[in-house]
Amino acid sequence: MEQFLALIIAKYNYWLYVVLMMIGFYAMIGKRNLVKKLIGMNIFQTAIILLFVSAGVKHGGKIPILDKYEVLKHGVDATQIVNPLPHVLMLTAIVVSVSVTGVALAVLLRIYREYGTLEEDEILEKLGK
Amino acid sequence: MSTSNLHMYVLAVPLLTAFFVNLLGRISRRWVAPLVLGALTFASLASLCVLGKVLRHGSFSYTVGNWQPPYGIELLLDPLSALMLVLISVVALFASISAIQSVRQELPGQEHLFFTLYLILIAGLLGLVLTADAFNLYVLLEITSITTYGLIAMGKGRAPLASFNYIIMGSIGACFYLLGVGYLYLMTGSLNMADIAGILPTVDGTAAVATALAFILVGLWIKMAFFPLHGWLPNAYSLAPTGAGLLAAPLMTKVSIYLMVRVMFWLFSSDFLFLQNPLVSTLVVWAAAIAIVSASCLALAQRDLKRMLTYIIVAEVGYMVGGIWLANSAGMTGAILHIVNDALMTLCLFLAVAAIVYKLGSGEFDKLQGIYRRMPVTMAAFTVGAFSMIGIPPTAGFFSKWYLIQGGIEAGHWQYVIALLFSSLVNAVLFFRIIEIGYFFKDGEQHGHEKKEEAPLLMQAPLLISAVALIVVGLGSGPLVESIIKLALPAGF
Amino acid sequence: MSYQTSIWPLAAVLISLLGSIPIMLSGRQPNLRESWTLLIALGKVVIVASFLPTVLAGGGYEFTIAEVVPGVPIALRVDAMGMFFALVASILWFFTSVYSIGYMRSLNEHGQTRYFASFAVAISATIGVAFAANLLTLYLFYEMLSLSTYPLVTHHQDAEARKSGRKYLTYILGTSIALALPAMLIVYSLAGNLDFKSGGILADSGASPETLALVLVLFLFGFAKSGLMPFHGWLPAAMVAPTPVSSFLHGVAVVKVGVFSILRVIFHIFGADLLLDVNLGVVITTIASITIIVASLVALTQDNLKRRLAYSTIGQLSYMILGAGMLSAAGMTGGLLHIGMHAFGKITLFFCAGAIYVAAGKKYISQMDGLGRRMPITYLAFMFGSLSIIGMPPLGGFISKWNLVIGAVDSGQLILLLVLLVSSLLNAAYFLPIVYRGFFAKAADPIFDEGVKEAPLFCLVPLSLTACASLALFFYPDIFLRLVQLALFP
Repeated sequence: MEQFLALIIAKYNYWLYVVLMMIGFYAMIGKRNLVKKLIGMNIFQTAIILLFVSAGVKHGGKIPILDKYEVLKHGVDATQIVNPLPHVLMLTAIVVSVSVTGVALAVLLRIYREYGTLEEDEILEKLGK
Repeated sequence: MSTSNLHMYVLAVPLLTAFFVNLLGRISRRWVAPLVLGALTFASLASLCVLGKVLRHGSFSYTVGNWQPPYGIELLLDPLSALMLVLISVVALFASISAIQSVRQELPGQEHLFFTLYLILIAGLLGLVLTADAFNLYVLLEITSITTYGLIAMGKGRAPLASFNYIIMGSIGACFYLLGVGYLYLMTGSLNMADIAGILPTVDGTAAVATALAFILVGLWIKMAFFPLHGWLPNAYSLAPTGAGLLAAPLMTKVSIYLMVRVMFWLFSSDFLFLQNPLVSTLVVWAAAIAIVSASCLALAQRDLKRMLTYIIVAEVGYMVGGIWLANSAGMTGAILHIVNDALMTLCLFLAVAAIVYKLGSGEFDKLQGIYRRMPVTMAAFTVGAFSMIGIPPTAGFFSKWYLIQGGIEAGHWQYVIALLFSSLVNAVLFFRIIEIGYFFKDGEQHGHEKKEEAPLLMQAPLLISAVALIVVGLGSGPLVESIIKLALPAGF
Repeated sequence: MSYQTSIWPLAAVLISLLGSIPIMLSGRQPNLRESWTLLIALGKVVIVASFLPTVLAGGGYEFTIAEVVPGVPIALRVDAMGMFFALVASILWFFTSVYSIGYMRSLNEHGQTRYFASFAVAISATIGVAFAANLLTLYLFYEMLSLSTYPLVTHHQDAEARKSGRKYLTYILGTSIALALPAMLIVYSLAGNLDFKSGGILADSGASPETLALVLVLFLFGFAKSGLMPFHGWLPAAMVAPTPVSSFLHGVAVVKVGVFSILRVIFHIFGADLLLDVNLGVVITTIASITIIVASLVALTQDNLKRRLAYSTIGQLSYMILGAGMLSAAGMTGGLLHIGMHAFGKITLFFCAGAIYVAAGKKYISQMDGLGRRMPITYLAFMFGSLSIIGMPPLGGFISKWNLVIGAVDSGQLILLLVLLVSSLLNAAYFLPIVYRGFFAKAADPIFDEGVKEAPLFCLVPLSLTACASLALFFYPDIFLRLVQLALFP
């Protein structure tokens, strides 16, 4: 039990993102409201972004952008600075996620105009008629 | 322009034209058609040159902006990607000729919007097959997906709903893929495919690598609509504007299959996939067999031409996934040949459907009575496409099925062989049902009353060319396999 | 044996395939369209016949169309066995073309352009099967034949045609995809190629007897055009087609293509020696014997003339397979020879059935009493045809049946002798009463006494000629015999 707790605490950042991901996944699959599904999708994407970002962290690592001259005084020392690449990549991932959200919202608008509701059950009911 | 980076133009021209289509299309809709066709004709010819170059001088890689790999973005041009490049650009060209007519009818006044998305989608697909960077692949995957979401949502009625479902499913798929890449990055510290492949054998922690593989595969399986993850596809493709279906149906799933091949053999190795985990490959082949059989049965239940074809696409995905996981040379050859053949025959069938929908308004079975007399040319081409789907020689579909079955026999996966034969039989039932409806008349109706009313020539021309191409590719499948596909197989096959 | 490379085998196949284009284009001028049909038919006979001297001298021609799968090209080869079948098919196509014109015009059928065009494609496929150099090419043309005959079978486009067409495709396409295709692929993975080679290609493959038996059975039932029971149901159903279609396709081309394919597989994929070694001949003969007896018994009960002929065909086809399954020299000769002998006899019978329908409008045997007195030539021809099928001298059918009898004795399976005897008696029992009642029974319908006369010349001449040919084949069987000998014992 103690070992298990130690495992959780040592890698708490990963466990956090797993929990976040599951929340998002549940919302996407389980919720019947289309906006909630969309929010679930955002949570899901955020979880993955967090995974990448936290992967770049080093204990005691410094950021090679703020205080650039201070940090890089002795040249590039990989053990002393955090890995910037995941952060840069996640900028792109965030852009992607925003665009998907944008498209999804636009589609939701069209659905709302067509059916007057965003509850999946009600839409299906209207379609059934 | 120099020929050394011709492939960059293949990518850039459709992408840039997309913006011009939007800008000039606002001024006058007359600009749309020549711009689209011009860009795609250029892309087709240029990609043929690229293929020729790769075949003559061998594979090469290209670094965008001169950043050296593994840091810069690398494009990989080998026979497989060059072949896909040709396939995508040529199929897109023929699809667009017909799509222009169909969009003009279905979405009047919105041609420039439609074709902006359409061209970006094509550029995204072209980029997907070229990239040699795992993260870049994710971005391009999302570019193609987002444009497809938009294209589908332009359809009438329930289309936005189908599009939204696809957004949710597609995002899950993309996120799974990204998650898998994240794991790999944690393990190897690299995103360049060749670099990762080089580092992977040296890292310990097979469990993490296997998890990464699992996430990536499930992500791609959602994107390619591998049964039972196919739920989004039938609605999305059948409710989309016909022009969007014309492009998405032949290409999207096939490109995803290509990505699976890339990831499996250029990121991981066949040793890791097949030798260390033989049970997994057996399970996947079983899943493929079940996918083929179930999707075929679902296709039987449809009463609309477009919907029926979408289920056939799902079944065909099972063919290729199974073929790749058979882990032998014949299966792999068959799967890659089938990527080409299936793209062509789906194109042929969807072009025929586009022509039918153009004249009849929809492809419901009830409306098809006596259609052989009304649209003989369209239906002749449709019949060729149907024969190819059933797998009747000398159409192309027969030969890829030949390799796939041969692979199944050699690997001893009889369930897969039986599934393929079963699906051929079901396809025969499906298509002959339509042929029967179209060939016979309503009860009590007299012969020879319908007059001919074909779709415009610009819809018939690509249809006929694609039908002829099916026979030509079928008869030429020997040279095609020998001179291109054999070179395109992953190492060790 | 040496084969010269030549484009003429391709020409023999393509002439009617390409010929379907001018036929379709001249749809509005029936006379021009029919001239095309006859011209192409004649051209086909001439091309095929021109191979004859070389083949009889022990040579042949070949032509590779395309290399499609490693080791298996799509290729044509004119050898003695293919030559024999192609000769029979192309000559009979010419007669059928003439007959079709008379029949279709007399009945004023619709869709004649489609009819003649599909017919042209079908004969191309038939010649393609005959000249196929390997199993893949054979399969290709086999499927082409299945599909091109669908519009012919469903020609009337009514509910019954729809039902029959569905049955036809289910049986033919279903078995070829589900059984013949995997069998072919198993052979390919065993032997690495699919060439037709005398002595077979499976002998050195080291396959177990169980595998061989499985493949054999898959092939026997996979080529369901041969009408082996229980996959025979399509044949009677397909009789809804216009009579020339029934006569040519279901008396000659389609069904014989099935038998021919099976014989090719037995002789040139397995090889008689291999089958003897593993004792698989008995599988073939058992299935064939059951089909012969059952089909003959069912034929007795049919009142519709064309259906009776259909069941008779099912039985006769199995003679050919039975002969091959005996695996003795005389048996195999008889089986192969029967393809030709039966073709001339059966096409005569179908032509007569069509002529009766055109002239008197009758389909049922019970309504034909006394008709022979008004249509003596037709009935005489019918009698010749029947006698040939029963196997009586002096008609061609006797020669093949005689060989079959010898073959049965040679192979030491006396039970097969019994099968042959019983079925010959049954043949006589279902054919001869038709002739007898036609000539001697009291007229069933008063109009037979005045109004009815012989069918038009376009119908009458071909049926008389094929009847005479049946007769002539008894006296001059040399060419056929020589081809069969060359095919079996090169």
